[in-house]
Amino acid sequence: MKRLITFAALFAAVLSKEAFHGHQVFRIVPKDDVQLSLIKLLEDMLELELDFWRWVTPLDVRVPSHSLQAVKSYLERHSIKYYTVIKDLQALLDEEQKQMKLATYAWNTDSFDYNNYHTLSDIYSFQDMLVAEKPNLVSKIVIGQSYEGRPLNVLKFSTGGSNRPAIWIDCGIHAREWVTHASGILFAKKIVTDYGQDTALTAILNKMDIFLEIVVNPDGYQFTHTKNRMWRKNRRPNPGFRCVGVDLNRNWNAGFGGHGSSNNPCKNTYHGVKAHSEPEVRSIVKFVRSHGNIKAFISIHSYSQMLLYPYGYTKTLAKDQKELDQVAQQAVAALTSLYGTPYRYGSIITTIYQSSGGSIDWTYNRGIKYSYTFELRDTGHFGFLLPAKQIGPTANETWLALKVIMHYTLEHLY
Amino acid sequence: MGLRGVIVLVGLMGTTWSFNATTIRPEAVSTDTFARPETTEETTEQGRNNPGLMNEDRTVHVTASTDTSGGVDSQTTEATVGCSKKGAVAEEEAVEDVMATGELNPSHYPAQRAAKVVQHYLNTRYGSPYKLFGLKQVQSGNAEDVADSGRKYQLDISVHEIISDTKENCSAEVFFPRGVKQLSPQVQVSSCEELLKIDANSEEEALYQQYKTNKTLRTEKRLPDSYGHIDPEMTPFWHLGIVASSFIMLNESTENTLYNVAQVANITQLTTENDQLKFDCHVLLHDMVSQEIPQWKMLFTWSPAGGVKVLHTEQLPHVHDCEKHPKTN
Repeated sequence: MKRLITFAALFAAVLSKEAFHGHQVFRIVPKDDVQLSLIKLLEDMLELELDFWRWVTPLDVRVPSHSLQAVKSYLERHSIKYYTVIKDLQALLDEEQKQMKLATYAWNTDSFDYNNYHTLSDIYSFQDMLVAEKPNLVSKIVIGQSYEGRPLNVLKFSTGGSNRPAIWIDCGIHAREWVTHASGILFAKKIVTDYGQDTALTAILNKMDIFLEIVVNPDGYQFTHTKNRMWRKNRRPNPGFRCVGVDLNRNWNAGFGGHGSSNNPCKNTYHGVKAHSEPEVRSIVKFVRSHGNIKAFISIHSYSQMLLYPYGYTKTLAKDQKELDQVAQQAVAALTSLYGTPYRYGSIITTIYQSSGGSIDWTYNRGIKYSYTFELRDTGHFGFLLPAKQIGPTANETWLALKVIMHYTLEHLY
Repeated sequence: MGLRGVIVLVGLMGTTWSFNATTIRPEAVSTDTFARPETTEETTEQGRNNPGLMNEDRTVHVTASTDTSGGVDSQTTEATVGCSKKGAVAEEEAVEDVMATGELNPSHYPAQRAAKVVQHYLNTRYGSPYKLFGLKQVQSGNAEDVADSGRKYQLDISVHEIISDTKENCSAEVFFPRGVKQLSPQVQVSSCEELLKIDANSEEEALYQQYKTNKTLRTEKRLPDSYGHIDPEMTPFWHLGIVASSFIMLNESTENTLYNVAQVANITQLTTENDQLKFDCHVLLHDMVSQEIPQWKMLFTWSPAGGVKVLHTEQLPHVHDCEKHPKTN
């Protein structure tokens, strides 16, 4: 209902241009009938042009900018309690107008709405559009099929060469972590936009390839749009049980089946019948094995605001723990520099919890030294339901950290 | 007809709209423009144990759509209680955490989990529709075993009042009792006074007056929605849901949990009682450690003077996703 009102105001505003600049809406709390009648007197002062929105306590009134002083002193003189609900009505209407979009189909990646969450098919379209626009830089590889038969797409960013050392970034291994898919889309756009403009990224792409899988778990993602926004796992039925799904980040062959995962198919950390049983995992495993030259492997999750390195399944320190910690420190510093977003960093098992069968433990044990997991915004206030307007800031700050890791890898190839 | 339809329709209605600033009156538009009354069955939860609620408070659920995306309204609550497992369920293995003692690394999870408990405690004591506490940072922590009875944490943390965006350093003690029966942690907080004195009185009073004699009893659903959006007018009720949930999160917390509110699935205002606003609420919590989404129903009251008081809580059965059951909307 309120939307209709603001829309009506907007419509009027659009026609009469900026009608409400500086107008404020006060909420007045009269303590008795005497105060109430004093307020009613205000309405009779026509020169004030007050517009009462609510006549039931508490009263809401739109006060044009030219009347603000007069109304404030009147209320204060009579000790009538009030406070400002809307500080600038025009600004609010402008903001609403931006958000109220009619269905606009993005015909190219310049008109794509990066500040919103998208359906799976829109993400697939985005991938195809990007490849079509920048065929010399981007190509799409289908590394496999999900349980329900959806393509598992990886974007390859390359300026040439043959089997160059590479960086792998994946998003959306857990379906409900929507800000990760949304950030992945922004990373893809950033790469093509910044190549040739940004020194660090250009240096990276001149020597290395970047592989980006924006949706590791398309079946789960689809499910969060249609049935259950809090779904985490993939959508494989579990024979003998009525519970569906395997936790894709417990299905890797690193400490598989140990503490920190569940053998109960009804649990959200169910590890599956055996390591790499899930097609979504198996396809990445096959890709990494056959590529053979991946030097950094970064998995994007949400939420908690952390940058994590191996191990999750064991308390044993990773051989390169000191170096991984130092790089993490630099990456986090870069991230925080943008908006002050605080991040913690450390090994998985000390910083967040014990977790076995995780992807970066497997990649690290295979010799991919710079293996990291990000947990993006926030720390629990919105949690998985991060407002769309935070997508841009989240992706932008994370990108700075990613560049640190990628650039460090470039400078320390092994 | 969705919001988009309205916009298109109005857009087509011609441009002979004479501007008059004083014609914008929210009260002139009835809430029934968009809302359709729905039966209580709509909420679909089975196995509820409080029939008293249904009888004495005749709630008319008037749902205002808060979904701005135009996309499919995703249903977060699956009433698939009747699902039972075929065959034996393997026993879940307990995650053994050998907890650190002595000085704690403030970045690591033991101190962080204990600090989160302090957040829940502060919200139960001081939270309101306009006052909500968050954990900003753990500066230092210390843990020690207390004979056989449990473990005590001493923490220096910085706490954030989210709405006024003010921070303060606080000291706190959290005691996790050990025993066969799970008992709630005990919390003591000190040197946090400035934060707790934050004045949200006018706003709270205004909200209270506005809803005290509300003749239209409303249900608000999915706060926030799938896209993280909340109608600004509904934000205080989201906050209330979080504060009420904090009682549950506080009670349920252990050294092996980390709770946040995932979503307020719905919140219904019931008839005001003893000058307290009264609410029935269904929330989805998130436990970071198990990654599960426990669901709870609560009955609680609030007033500026009385704060939030929880009358009744009930955990809903774990939701399994059963393919064979029809989708409930």
